[in-house]
Order: sequence, then C-alpha cells, then structure tokens
Amino acid sequence: MKEMTEIRWHGRGGQGAKTAALLLADAALASGKYIQAFPEYGPERMGAPVTSFDRISSGPISLHSGVINPDVVIVLDPTLMDSVDVTEGMSSGGTLLVNIERSPEEVKKIFNIPAEVRICTVDASKISKETIGREIPNTPMLGALVKATGILDFKDMIEDMKKKLEKKFKSKPEVVEGNLKAIERAYKEVKS
Amino acid sequence: MVNSNIVARTGNEAMAEAMRQINPDVVAAYPITPATEVVQIFASYVADGLVDTEFVPVESEHSAMSACIGSAAAGGRTMTGTSSQGLALMAEMLYIAAGLRLPIVLADVNRALSSPINIHCDHSDTMMVKESGWVQIFSENCQEAYDNMLQAIRIAETAKIPVVVTTDGFIISHGMERMEMLSDADVKKFVGEYKPENYLLNLEKPITIGALDLTDYYFEHKRQQIEAIRNSKKVILDVAKDFAAKTGRSYGLFEQYKMDGAEIAVIAMGSTAGTAKVVVNALRKKGVKAGLIKPRVFRPFPKEELADALAGLKAVAVMDRSDSMNAHEGPLCVEIKAALFDKGVSKTVLNYVYGLGGREIKLEDIEFVFGELADAAKGKPVSRVSYLGVRE
Repeated sequence: MKEMTEIRWHGRGGQGAKTAALLLADAALASGKYIQAFPEYGPERMGAPVTSFDRISSGPISLHSGVINPDVVIVLDPTLMDSVDVTEGMSSGGTLLVNIERSPEEVKKIFNIPAEVRICTVDASKISKETIGREIPNTPMLGALVKATGILDFKDMIEDMKKKLEKKFKSKPEVVEGNLKAIERAYKEVKS
Repeated sequence: MVNSNIVARTGNEAMAEAMRQINPDVVAAYPITPATEVVQIFASYVADGLVDTEFVPVESEHSAMSACIGSAAAGGRTMTGTSSQGLALMAEMLYIAAGLRLPIVLADVNRALSSPINIHCDHSDTMMVKESGWVQIFSENCQEAYDNMLQAIRIAETAKIPVVVTTDGFIISHGMERMEMLSDADVKKFVGEYKPENYLLNLEKPITIGALDLTDYYFEHKRQQIEAIRNSKKVILDVAKDFAAKTGRSYGLFEQYKMDGAEIAVIAMGSTAGTAKVVVNALRKKGVKAGLIKPRVFRPFPKEELADALAGLKAVAVMDRSDSMNAHEGPLCVEIKAALFDKGVSKTVLNYVYGLGGREIKLEDIEFVFGELADAAKGKPVSRVSYLGVRE
C-alpha cells in the first residue's frame, strides 16, 4: 500500500459523511496510523451534497491542503451521482465504493465510470435498516471500505469499534450490537 | 519525561482539552464560528463538573474580555476564546488587558475579517491586534495548538503579559489529527498554581488598578510594558525548554526546517508551514537547496534571531495570510524586511499574499513560489509582491 491514502466521502447533509470520516480516522489511529479527518465547509444544509475527507498514513502528516486526488471515494447516497462527478480527480487505479443495491458492472454502465476506476458496491442502506433499525449507511460503509481496500485490519477495526460504541451507548446494548452487525455484514456483502 | 496518550482531536477539541487540564478560575466567552466549539466544549466540562471554573456566558466579546480583565485583576487564572469579528470587538479591551499587565490567555481561531463577510481562515484578525501588547503564538497543527495553550498560561503569568494562541480556522480548528496529550496530573504540575503578585482581592495589600495616567506617568508605564514584551522572549524560551524536557517536543521563537545549507527559503506561519514542508522535502530530494522558516511567535517579533537565520540565503519568500492595506505588502513581510535592514543585510525578499478568506493553498502554489524564488536567486526579474491564487 502507498505510504499515505487519501479518501473522499460523498453524502448529503445529515447522512453522516463527516461522522464517518471521523470514525474511520479514529479506528485508523487505534491501529497505530497517523490520521487527518476533516469536512468541507460550505453552505451545508440538510439534504445538500457534502464531502468529507481522510488521510491515513504510516508516518506524520504535515500536509494541510484539501484532498484533490483521492485514492478512494465513498458514496453514501447514489442519488448524488446524477449531479455530482464523484470520480473527479480520482487517482488512476483508485477505488470507488458506492452504497447501492446494484452490481459494480451496473454502476459502471449507468454512471459511465471511467475504466481505470475500480468499483465496489454494497447495499449499506438495507443493511443498516435490517441491523440498526434505521437508514444510517455510514457505519456499515466502514466495514465495506476495509474489505474493499485492506486499509485496516478488520479484526482490529471491529474490536476498536466495539470498545468505542460500548462507551458511547452504555445503556443501549442493542445499538452496539446492531452497528457491529452492520459493519460485519457490509464487510461480507461488498461486491467488487 | 511524562507519559502521554495518543488521541485523535480537532484543533478546537485540543484547545478545550488544554483549558480543562489547566482548570482556570474563570472563563468568560461568547460564541463565534469557527471558535465556538472551544468554549462550547469547555462549557460542557464545567457542566459535567470536570473543572472548578466559573464560566461567565456574556452577551458580547467586548464583555467577554471585560469580564476576563475583572477576573484577572481580582487575581484569578483567566482564559477565553474567540475569532475574527469577536477579536475585533474585543480590541479595545485587549489593549487594556495588556496595559494592566493581566496574564489572560486567549484561544483565537484565525478567520477573515468582514467585509465581505466570510467565515474561513486568514490571519487578518490576529494581525489587526498585533499592536495590542499581547504575546502572539501561531500553531501549525492540533498538537501545537494544545502544546502552545499549556505553555501560554506559564508565559502569561511569568511575563505578566496576556497571550493569544492561534490556530487556522477550519483547517486546524475542525480538522482531526493524531496528537499526544499529557496526563491531567502532569499538566497540573507543569502549569503550577497561579500566585499573582498584586491583585485586587488581596486585602493585605490594597492597590489601585486602571488609574488615570496623564502626561506625568503614562509614557513611563508604556516604556515598562515595552520592556516586558522584550523580556518575554526569554520567558517564552524558558517555558519551551521546560516543556521540551517533560514532553520531548521542542519549541522556539520560530522553527527552522531543512535550513542547513539552504539557499532559498519560504517563511510561512500556521497550517501552511506544514504544507510547505512537503514541498521542501520534494525539492531537497531533487537537489534544490530549499528550506522553510515557520515563525511561531509573532509578538514579540524575533527580529535579531530571524535576521541571523536568513543571513546566508540567496533569496527569501515571505508568505502573508493577510494584507496590511499599506499599499505595499503584508505584515510579516514588513517585519522581515525591517529585521534584515537593521542587520545590514541586503537580500531579495519576495512577498506572497495568499489564502485570504480561506482560499485554498495547494502544493502547486508553494512549488510555484519556490520556482520564482529560484529565478530570483539567479537574478531573474520577479515581481516583489504577488497575490497567490487570486483571479485577476
């Protein structure tokens, strides 16, 4: 793997793109990596397209400009792809991970994705509804991301998540269980 | 050496954590983007009983600094946080805090000043009050924001000068990074107990603070203040030395990055210095003798020390994230040129005003600056003042 991986999250305001970037960074930190996570601040409104970013590296990161050429792009809401070019600036051989019920081949065809982009898909919305009880695709997408890119060790990641969720939702063990199940299912179900 | 925890924190969280560990007597503050979280998170520490601080939620930044002045004059360890228009509204009281020699510490998240209205990063707010008599410390990243806050309280209380610690708005304030935090106990030991020498609530030794001071003594008092700012350089270095001994993280008045044998160098403050380091590394690999100087302390300005560091260079580029509106160049460039002039050094100094209102500063932008610097070093004509990344 490259020394530093740059990731861009696409979502709509309120879907948790920022939280997902922070969660991923926190998980990467726990596995000994250097990290940055930051949202793009614009006129964000509920439902409007938003982006957030991660940098994950084996060494210290001093770069403080925006992510322009991401290695990985994650789309939380496929309806964005009609109006936003989610592959913009993607480095050659980059991975595009989409929360959608369709296959990578279908996504490639429907959205006319360039041939050099590797596409992975997972129905994280369905998974979150079935495991957590409502549509919050950002946590399962973390599981899919780890499978699709190998950026973190899955076991380490799930253990770290468990610790953090148990701390945050002390009185709601069902939330912890639901989230962990969602991550595991997305890890297993992601298609490439 | 102390033990430290590795954590992921945004700049605002880092500053709020530092305030929690310092556990000041009083925090008076008013919220403003992008600094709101600093005092919002701190207020939650107060509500949760994690600190003993009296939190004063005031109705404006002018009142915030006024309340801080009252608290510090009474003998309390006092802190606050703000940004941009908030700092501007405080301006009147900032001068009073400094003139009264009150050791207040202020977390400022750098943001552009209106008008036009803008919430993003540049350094015009901090530069606006550079003459207010506060020590000004810039932070490159979240780690430095945290470390600088811890050192600031010691600097302020030792030098009897208020200190403002800044981060770059959104870039650092809302960017999460890996950093090391000291334990609460170690911070408590490092900052020590505040024992003010003179204070209003000391009934044994009644004093007057803020008396009228006309043609008879005003000048003498100002002269003493000027001397105190001069002497604060040594205080800043002493505190940094103690901090380094405990944490292994060294700080000076400015950082010299790959300056050994450098022929050309960029001078940049705050988060941009980190981005410039990436460019310097790449240029060094190509054999270009490039370096970076990152002023950490802008007030007091390390004039002699910077002039010495620059003396051997062929050409220097000063990057200013604000403009002086003096019809020639940015505030950092003005200071650098004055420092070189007094040193008797004539040198090519290029000025790049950049990033106003949060305009992105990319690696290519800094590569471009180094390219022009290399040309200037060879004697090719290069514009003395440029506006980097602007459309015109």
